[in-house]
Amino acid sequence: MIDFTYENGALTARLYGEIDHHIAPRLRGEIDMKCETLRPAVLILDFKAVSFMDSSGIGLIMGRYRCITLLGGRMEVVNIPPTLTKIFTLSGIQSLGVMK
Amino acid sequence: MNLTNHMKLSFPSISTNEGFSRAAICAFILPLNPTVAEVADVKTAVSEAVTNAIVHAYPTEQGTVYIDAKITDDRRVIIRIRDTGVGIADVEQAMEPLFTTSSDERAGLGFAVMQSFSDKVRVRSAVGRGTTVTLEKIIHSAYDEG
Repeated sequence: MIDFTYENGALTARLYGEIDHHIAPRLRGEIDMKCETLRPAVLILDFKAVSFMDSSGIGLIMGRYRCITLLGGRMEVVNIPPTLTKIFTLSGIQSLGVMK
Repeated sequence: MNLTNHMKLSFPSISTNEGFSRAAICAFILPLNPTVAEVADVKTAVSEAVTNAIVHAYPTEQGTVYIDAKITDDRRVIIRIRDTGVGIADVEQAMEPLFTTSSDERAGLGFAVMQSFSDKVRVRSAVGRGTTVTLEKIIHSAYDEG
């Protein structure tokens, strides 16, 4: 579902498996708890191992963007698999300037 | 067009069944030899419709979600996702991107995703009686293989 590494002020959350409305609240809780504890300068969401995502994943990303911005950090979204590019494009998330 | 396959599912409106419904629909369309992108499209559209039924149709008590899926001989997949929940007062408004009645970090993109990932989306709803979403998509891959 998710694992974390924290190095030099950068918190990387590696997500894996399927992201839907069933799983998103758990991911949200874990990421927010880590962010509040560590106060990272940058939160990196790594989608390399995500096999499926619907619009619940978009809500998750937008919510974490708000959360980390409020904490004074910034966010990066990395390693988007080809099967997810369509939903990322549709979401307009690229306008946040977080996709690397 | 004639029917070549047909299946029906019903399950309680609990979120663990979002993944189950995606897996079931994926298995149902596999004999059409869809591409990876086509499978992702169908799974995503179904996930949005089933999630809408679970989140919005039955806000206070558990209900039943019904799926009726057909494959026709022109390689068309027709998937009907039905609930008998609260219904939608204004379907046009509900289908606008970013419109959401939920405060739970929903992106409001459900219908936009269904429309983008299917060839055709129909929504019928009556307040107090429920909602039926019908998704249609032609699976092209076997034609492409010649």
